[in-house]
Amino acid sequence: MLETLVNEVLRPLWGLWLMVLFLGIVFWAYRPKNKDRFESYGDIPLRDDEDKER
Amino acid sequence: MSSNTEATPYCEDVVKKFVLAATFWGVVGFLAGDFIAWQLAFPVLNLDLEWTTFGRLRPVHTSAVIFAFGGNILFSTSLYVVQRTSRASLFGGSGLGNVIFWNFQALIVVAALTYVLGFSQGQEYAEPEWWIDLWLTVIWVLYLIAFAGTIMKRKEPHIYVANWFFFSMILTVAMLHLGNNLAVPAALFGGDFMKSYNIFGGVQNAMTQWWYGHNAVGFFLTAGFLGIMYYFVPKRAERPVYSYRLSIVHFWALIFLYIWAGPHHLHYTALPDWAQTLGMTFSIMLWMPSWGGMINGLMTLSGAWDKLRTDPVMRFLVSSVAFYGMSTFEGPMMSIKAVNSLSHYTDWTVGHVHSGALGWVAFVSFGALYYLVPKLWGRKELYSLKLVGVHFWVATVGIVLYITAMWISGIMQGLMWRAYDNLGFLQYSFIETVEAMHPYYVIRAMGGLLFVLGALVMVYNFYKTIKGDVADEVMQPSTAGAR
Amino acid sequence: MSVFKHHAKLETNVFFLAVGILLSVIVGGLVEVVPLFTIESTIEKVEGVRPYSPLEQAGRDIYVREGCYNCHSQMIRPFKDEIERYGHYSLAAESKYDHPFQWASKRTGPDLARVGGKYTNDWHVRHMINPRDVVPESVMPGYPHLMRPLNYAGIAGNLTALKVVGVPYTDAQIMNAKKDLEEQAMSDSPDAAVLKSYPKAKMGDVDGNPKVVTEMDALVAYLQVLGTMVDFTTVKPEKIYR
Repeated sequence: MLETLVNEVLRPLWGLWLMVLFLGIVFWAYRPKNKDRFESYGDIPLRDDEDKER
Repeated sequence: MSSNTEATPYCEDVVKKFVLAATFWGVVGFLAGDFIAWQLAFPVLNLDLEWTTFGRLRPVHTSAVIFAFGGNILFSTSLYVVQRTSRASLFGGSGLGNVIFWNFQALIVVAALTYVLGFSQGQEYAEPEWWIDLWLTVIWVLYLIAFAGTIMKRKEPHIYVANWFFFSMILTVAMLHLGNNLAVPAALFGGDFMKSYNIFGGVQNAMTQWWYGHNAVGFFLTAGFLGIMYYFVPKRAERPVYSYRLSIVHFWALIFLYIWAGPHHLHYTALPDWAQTLGMTFSIMLWMPSWGGMINGLMTLSGAWDKLRTDPVMRFLVSSVAFYGMSTFEGPMMSIKAVNSLSHYTDWTVGHVHSGALGWVAFVSFGALYYLVPKLWGRKELYSLKLVGVHFWVATVGIVLYITAMWISGIMQGLMWRAYDNLGFLQYSFIETVEAMHPYYVIRAMGGLLFVLGALVMVYNFYKTIKGDVADEVMQPSTAGAR
Repeated sequence: MSVFKHHAKLETNVFFLAVGILLSVIVGGLVEVVPLFTIESTIEKVEGVRPYSPLEQAGRDIYVREGCYNCHSQMIRPFKDEIERYGHYSLAAESKYDHPFQWASKRTGPDLARVGGKYTNDWHVRHMINPRDVVPESVMPGYPHLMRPLNYAGIAGNLTALKVVGVPYTDAQIMNAKKDLEEQAMSDSPDAAVLKSYPKAKMGDVDGNPKVVTEMDALVAYLQVLGTMVDFTTVKPEKIYR
């Protein structure tokens, strides 16, 4: 049962599944809604000095 | 300024120790490498002693640079970065940190001794025998606890991407280490105490070994050091990473694709063809996330390219990313079966490894160390930025000598092995190809020597910096790193 | 929509991040490694391949100990030049009792997969003691220390451990391990019992010191059997392979 699923559906189209997964991640990362939030995370290392004025 | 640093809640005494250990083992590992490079040019240097033959010393070199130097770099930077970007002090404090530190240093010494004395599992980069592997497992679990524990008590809501890379390195290396070292100690059955046999043999052992071996490069020497890039490049450039969103895509694509690439070490062997093809396909795809990461690192400097001129520490960091780009182009190319049929078993592979190891891993490590030492010891800046520039150029010339010598000797030897004369016979005996390598082995060893000398300049610079000296030198005013 | 809420968890919860990482890195390993243990074609059955004799295995352990794999491969690729230089390309079956495998990845020296029978015992001994005595341009280290006595007190235990990881030693072979080892190193009788257990084992003292089993005896016995177990005049890999 599992073997048929793996052999007939998952295996032959593995490239497609991976591409879907990859595009999903790209979409998630680049969704306009997420832009400002994500890019603000880039500042985290620049704010970590106690001795630096914030 | 220094009083402010001391006032931080971060636990930095352990980080300091790891920094010093990394510097020490770096020099030891580079020296060991250069010594065995000279052995290949002048075999008399094997000294006819069992403890000093190339076969026993090469694992000392590879383990010293990968695990002792690279490992201490990863411990120091990851434990530094995770505290800073979490705004939390180290989980377990310096108590746990010291347990990890001293056990790891002792393990390095013991492992090296066992190699020299002739105990080895006989698998590349996984030479330590079974009980050393168990010891390392304990250390690694403690490291995982310290690292993940610090993330769990963080005050920053988001986990910064550098920590993703470090974390994936810790988890994946644990998986690889356990999977590749499944061995049965002979002592359980009255056999030799120091001997064990891997539960896998032949083709299965080949697959698990290169699943391990390639991902030791992929996760230990790449993912971990990308974590370094994602913290120290923005920090030294004083600007956020070029694209945080790209770093997310970079991360998931890289860790997913890397794990498949191992079989490219086994092209045209008795490994089934489907596995070789899979390995080749993923190795080529790996080029994309690798260059995504390179672009992200390099472009962080956009608008601040002048720092390359004024700040030699920045030069180390940026050049490392450029070398990363170069070797991650060369790697996928060499994984193409037709190319691999020529390059495999030759010095080309050795050259490729070293363009990554010296150019990428060591340079990004030097950059991070040059950033960390004044910071950790509360100095305004290094003793001498000019000496950093000297180190940079000496080491760069060394790398160029090394990799061009290995390109020539590797491609030449590959071509000589397959050359036929006009009567249809193999043109060269094997030993003729060995002889032809000699001048390139000398050039390579000279390059390695320069790399060692550069590292010694760094050691001197650190000594003076920690002592509190400031060189009397005229430098362009450098803002980088100054706070 | 809810999917993206979960993503927010992934980046803020170290546990979910760990799960995501492990899923990503486990898939590749499972797909590539696991089928090797289930697909029967991974290792074809080939006549002649047998477990190493105790002396050969002791020699193999020395080969591993000295790190010979750092410079010598044991894997001939199916190319015209390699086949002409070294012999028939290597079959998976020929290393199926190798724990660990020693295919290696660098040829600073030549491939050794079929070195067995190519040189005399005497050549090997001189070559090991000082390679430049027989090959002036060689860059190989000398191994004069191999002339010391072999410590084989643990040989039966070692074979038992190998049996546990899948090498089909019989109980009788393990019981006789010491005797077989000594017989192979000291006797050159064609009727020796060890030959019945381990056909084609190379018999006799190799280093001119028949009273003592040396490490040299063991290593040369191993080198001399490499690649000789399969008789390619009768075995046709094209028929059983691919």
